This record gives sequence, structure tokens and C-alpha cells, in this order.
Amino acid sequence: MTTIRLSVPQTADRGEIIELRAMIQHEMESGFRFGSRGEMIPQDIITKFECFYNGTLFFSSDFHPGVAANPILKFYARANESGSFEFVWTDQDGQSWSDSAQIEVS
Amino acid sequence: MRLLAACFLFVGAACSPETTQLEPDFTIEASQRVSGSNFLTPETVAQQNDDFENPGYLWVERGADLFEQGEPSCAGCHENGLEGVATHYPAFDTGTQTLINLEGRINLCRTRHQGLTSLPYESDELLSLTAFVAEQSRGLPISVEVTPQTQSAFESGANYFMTRRGQLNLACTQCHDDNWGKQLRGDTISQGHGNGFPAYRFEWEDFGSLHRRLHDCDTGVRAAPMELGSQTYIDLEFYLAVRASGLELESPGIRR
Repeated sequence: MTTIRLSVPQTADRGEIIELRAMIQHEMESGFRFGSRGEMIPQDIITKFECFYNGTLFFSSDFHPGVAANPILKFYARANESGSFEFVWTDQDGQSWSDSAQIEVS
Repeated sequence: MRLLAACFLFVGAACSPETTQLEPDFTIEASQRVSGSNFLTPETVAQQNDDFENPGYLWVERGADLFEQGEPSCAGCHENGLEGVATHYPAFDTGTQTLINLEGRINLCRTRHQGLTSLPYESDELLSLTAFVAEQSRGLPISVEVTPQTQSAFESGANYFMTRRGQLNLACTQCHDDNWGKQLRGDTISQGHGNGFPAYRFEWEDFGSLHRRLHDCDTGVRAAPMELGSQTYIDLEFYLAVRASGLELESPGIRR
């Protein structure tokens, strides 16, 4: 069960700088921890985050084992046209989760 | 209220005056009572108060989805929401004649009214539902009172709080009543109120119940911890809730 939370303004003026926030529920298990019986807990992390504005990649980020659980990202975009932002997270095994949000630019 | 006072007088007459506590006495006076968030950094408090950046809302959102599921669903009966409900828990359940906490109430609703099975304590589903219900009381003062029916549970909880345990031979009260505000290694000792729970703890990198926190306190003094959801912990949760009365409920809180 993975919950994604997005914060994207519904409307913006053309050329306005807008703040985007995205959070995903993920354990981000570093692979450096040991369980109660001394066994190594295998690494399980998201390795890549990408954000597309009307299909064009405009922001991406690589995640490493030091990133905390349930990572949140805050970044900015210039609102040039109405459309959608698509947020995609991909883990080390290639599994991915995505969600999108609409924006009206006037 | 007058009726309640009359009940107390009756009980007071029946047993010795020493064992009856009308107005429980706490080491920390009401005017000095402060929430655990007072001992956090301003950044953490800001994150807790931001409804988006607070990771606890991942569980609140999932709880909102679960609230709509089932036949009948939770929302089918509680269509107007449950604002303020969480401030009165733990509470006495007349059906089972036991003291139950919010998690227990949710599970009772499932078995009594929804034809569903109880959710395991600390399961993601139960935590999510609890968080969703507790969040609706965010900012409201905790208001839990000792009644004749819950007097013994209160005393049992108080007893657990006051009893030295574990290899370190420490009672809860020694840190959280006598030494709050001082440093314990790198950390500031809080007053030990449960008003932020269920909460997101950085140490866990996860969302958890008050009982999970109590479990950590017990292992911290190297005592054998109780089962999560056990009556001992519910009694202790009750004692803590009375002790925290008047503080704002902060769930989903963020704690170190």
C-alpha cells in the first residue's frame, strides 16, 4: 500500500514561479541495518524521481540509501501553459509509482 | 457534573478516603503542563503543523479511504464525522465493562456493527483509522475524567507510572515528573504526555501508536515490555490522558 501526496496549485498566472511538493510512503530501507536476530535487512529504496510537465521531463532526482523514509521533495517550476504535472518514482527493482495533478494557467 | 460528584461522594463513603481520588493530584501542576512539542526544534514543530509536510497525513489519508469501506462503512453511521471524539479516550465501554482506547473502540465497531474481524494492534489499517479519527480532534483539549467505573483502571495506570522497573530500576515518574526539561544525553526529557499519538517518530521513521512508544520506554529502562494493546498499557494510557487533560490533541504529531 503506497500513498502519494501532491501539492500543486490549481491555478497560476502565466510565467509565475510555482512551488510543487511531492511525498511518497516508502520505507527507504538503507541496507545497512540489522534485524533483532543479527540478520542483515536487505536494501529496498527508491532510486529515481522524475517530474514531467505536459510530458516533458523538467526535474529529476537520484535517491541514495541515506534518504529518509517517506521522502518529500519541494521544487519549483515556471507555469507557462495549462496541463498536467506527472510525478514518477522508480525503485531499485524497476517498480514504479506515479500520480498527476492538473494546473490551469491564465 | 453534579450527578458525577454525587457518585464520587457515594464511593468515598463506601471505601476509605485515602483510596478515593476525586481530583487526582499530579506532580506537575496544571499550569506547568506542556505538550511534548515544546521540547522539539522549531523546524519539527513547523513540519508537524504543516498538513502537507507532516508524514502522519499519509496514514490519515489512508484512514479516510478505509472509513468509507465496508458494509456498512464507518461513514455510513458516522456521516457527520467524529470531531472531538478522540479527546475522550480511553473510555469505559458499558457492553464489555472494560476500559478501552480509541483502537479498541474501532475494533469493537468492526465486530459489533460491521460484521468484520478485529484489526491486529499496530497494523497499518488500525493505525490509519485511528489517525483519521484522532485528526478530527486536532487542536481540541484532551478531556478524560476518572469515574467510579474507571477508578481502578486509573489506579492501576498510576501504579505502573510510579513503579520502578527494569535493570535501570527507573519509574516513569522519575524522568517525566521529577526531571522534565533537563538533558538526558543528547535529548531533553519531556513531561511524557501522549497527546501527539498516534504519531510519526523520526527514530522509527514510521507512524506508531502510544503503546509502541510505551513499549520503547520499557525497553529503554531494560524492563520486559507489555504486549501492545494489553490492558496494562490501556490503563497507563488512561492515567496519562487524565494527567494530560487540557492539553491540545496534536495527532498526527511528530516526535523524535
